[in-house]
Amino acid sequence: MHSSNSSEPSHPNLFRQRRWLFLALGVGLLLVTATLGFAWGAVSIPPGVALRIVGHQLGQGSGPTDWPPAWETILLQIRVPRVVLAGLVGITLAVAGAVYQALFRNPLAEPYLIGVSSGASFGATLAIVLIWRLGRSGWSGVSLAAFVGALLATAAIYGLARVGGRTPVTTLILAGVAVNTLLSAATVFLMFSMQDAFQAMHVLGWLMGSLALADWEKVQVILPYILGGLAVIAWHAHSLNVLQLDEEQAQSLGVAVERTKGILIVAVSLATAAAVSVSGTVGFVGLIIPHIVRLIWGPDHRFLLPMSGILGAVGIILADGAARTLFAPRELPLGAVTAVAGAPFFLYLLRRQKREIF
Amino acid sequence: MMPLEVENLTFAYDGRSVLRGVSFQLMPGEVLGLIGPNGAGKSTLIRLAAGFLRPDRGTVRLFGRPPAHWPPRQLARWVALVPQGAYIPPTFTVWESVLLGRTPYLGFLGVPRQPDRAATRRALEWVGIADLSERLVGELSGGERQRVLLARALAQEPRCLLLDEPTTHLDIHHQVAVLSLIRRMAVECGIAVLIVLHDLNLAATFADRLVLLVDGMLVALGDPKEVLCRERLTAIYGDTVAVFPRPDDGGRPAILPRIGQGNLPAQGRIT
Repeated sequence: MHSSNSSEPSHPNLFRQRRWLFLALGVGLLLVTATLGFAWGAVSIPPGVALRIVGHQLGQGSGPTDWPPAWETILLQIRVPRVVLAGLVGITLAVAGAVYQALFRNPLAEPYLIGVSSGASFGATLAIVLIWRLGRSGWSGVSLAAFVGALLATAAIYGLARVGGRTPVTTLILAGVAVNTLLSAATVFLMFSMQDAFQAMHVLGWLMGSLALADWEKVQVILPYILGGLAVIAWHAHSLNVLQLDEEQAQSLGVAVERTKGILIVAVSLATAAAVSVSGTVGFVGLIIPHIVRLIWGPDHRFLLPMSGILGAVGIILADGAARTLFAPRELPLGAVTAVAGAPFFLYLLRRQKREIF
Repeated sequence: MMPLEVENLTFAYDGRSVLRGVSFQLMPGEVLGLIGPNGAGKSTLIRLAAGFLRPDRGTVRLFGRPPAHWPPRQLARWVALVPQGAYIPPTFTVWESVLLGRTPYLGFLGVPRQPDRAATRRALEWVGIADLSERLVGELSGGERQRVLLARALAQEPRCLLLDEPTTHLDIHHQVAVLSLIRRMAVECGIAVLIVLHDLNLAATFADRLVLLVDGMLVALGDPKEVLCRERLTAIYGDTVAVFPRPDDGGRPAILPRIGQGNLPAQGRIT
C-alpha cells in the first residue's frame, strides 16, 4: 500500500539520528535571524551595534554608548518588540499547524481550518466598521474583537461538529469549511457597507496580515495565552504521536482520546487566536513548516513541535523583514510574503521527495 | 481475579443482531481460541472485550471491572490489543511504532526511560524483527507489519492479550513462530490470551480451549478435541472438511479441505 519508489535513501538517516543537534542549530539560526531582524529597516543599523544596544539594555554590555540615541529608540521601541512578536506568531502558527494535522490526521489541516482566521477577520472588520477603540490599552479594540471572533468561531465549529459526545474529523472539517465560508462572506458584506475607502483599506491590510503596529504591550497581552497554550501542547506531545494511529489503537494504548483532543483543541485555539489577533491572517506557515520538519526529521512530535516552532519563528521574522525592507518605506502585507516565499519552496520539496510524507 | 469474564453478552449493530447471550471466562495463563465462520461475531466480541463498544445486554469485565470503569492508562498496562491489520503511519520507524506500546508507562513529556527501551528491545527480539528496527513501516511487508503490532502489544507487558487474527499475512513458519511465542508467554508468564483464529488447524494446535461462535451464539466451549469434532464441523461447514485425529499430537484434531458440494447445512442443525 505504501511504497517508496524514490531513489532517496528513505531510511531514517543522519537527520533522524542527529536530530537534537539540528534543534540546537535551529536555535542558533533563530538567534541570527532575530539579530538580522533588528538590523533591517528603513534605518539600517549594523547587526553588531544592534546586539550591543540590546545587550546594553539588558545590563550585559558595560561598554561606551557610541551609537546615535535615535537608534536606541528605534530598536527598543519598534524593532525588538516587532521581532519578538513575529517570533511568537511564527512559533504559534507552526506549532498549531503540527497539532491540527496530528489531531485531525489530515495533512491539509492548518491553524485556520477551524475558524480562527475567518472568525478573527470578521471580528476585526466589525470593530473597524464600528470604529471600536475601546478595549485594553496596547491591544486595540480591533485585536480584542479579532481574538473574541476567533474563539467564538472555533467554539461554533467544534459545537456543530459534535455528534453524540464525539467529534468525527470529517464532520469537523466540513463544519469548518462551511462556517469559514459564511464568515468570509459576512466580512465581504461588511466591507461593502463601508462608505470610507480608507476603512476598507484598513480591513484589507488586516486581512493580509501585518506586524506594523507591533509594540511591547501587544507582546505582553498575548504572551500568557501563547505560553500557556504551548505548555499544554508540549505536555501532550507523546499523545499526539499515539493519535497518529486510529482512535481504537490510541485508546488501547491508554490515551483518553476524546478528553485529550478536547484539551488540545482549547489550548491550540487560545494560542492561535492570540497570535492572529495581533498579526492578522498570515497564511501558509502553519501548513508548510510542520510538513517540512516531518519530511526531513520524521513524525515524532517530541521533536516535530519544537523544531516547527523554531523554524516558524525564523520564517515569520524573515518574511516580516522582507515585508518592511523590499519596498521601503511602504510595507508589503506579511501574509503575501509568506505565501509567495512558502508555496514554491514547499512544492519543490514535495516534488523532490516523491514519497508519502504524512 | 479473572482477566476476562463475559456474561450473557448481547450486541447489535443498528438493530442487526451480532452477538446473542455469549458467556465464557478467560483464565490466567490460558490461550483461549475464538473460532467460527465468517460473520460469526468474533471481531465484534474482541472490540467489546477491549471496551470500544458497549454491550446492549450482559456484561464484559476485565480484571473484575467493565472496561469503561478503568482509567485508560491503568487498563493499557494490563490489557493489550493486537487489532486486525491496523494502520500504522508509514513514516514511523519500526522502533518508534513498538515504543508506542510503552505509552501507558511514560512519564513527564513522554520521554522513554531505560526500562521502556529495554522492553521495546525485548519485544522486537521476541517477535524476530530486531534487525528491522530502523526501517520505515511503509517499507514493510504485510507480515512484518503484523509482527510490529504484536511486538507493540508485548512491549505493553500486559497480563491479558486480546488478539484479532494476528497470523494473517504470515507464512506458515512465522505463523507457528508467533503462536509458539504467544503460548510461551501464557505458560511462562501467566498471561491470559484471547485469540481470534481463522485457521482451524492453528486453533486446534495452539489453543488450550476453544470458543466456537456461529451466528452470534456460543455453540461450543472446551477442549479442541471436543469442539472440533467431525459431527460439529460437518454441521457447520457441510461436506467441505474432513477431520482426523493427529497421531503426533495427542489426538488433537487436524482439519483438511475436501472437494464437496459446498452446500451449507441449514442453521437449525447446528447445536
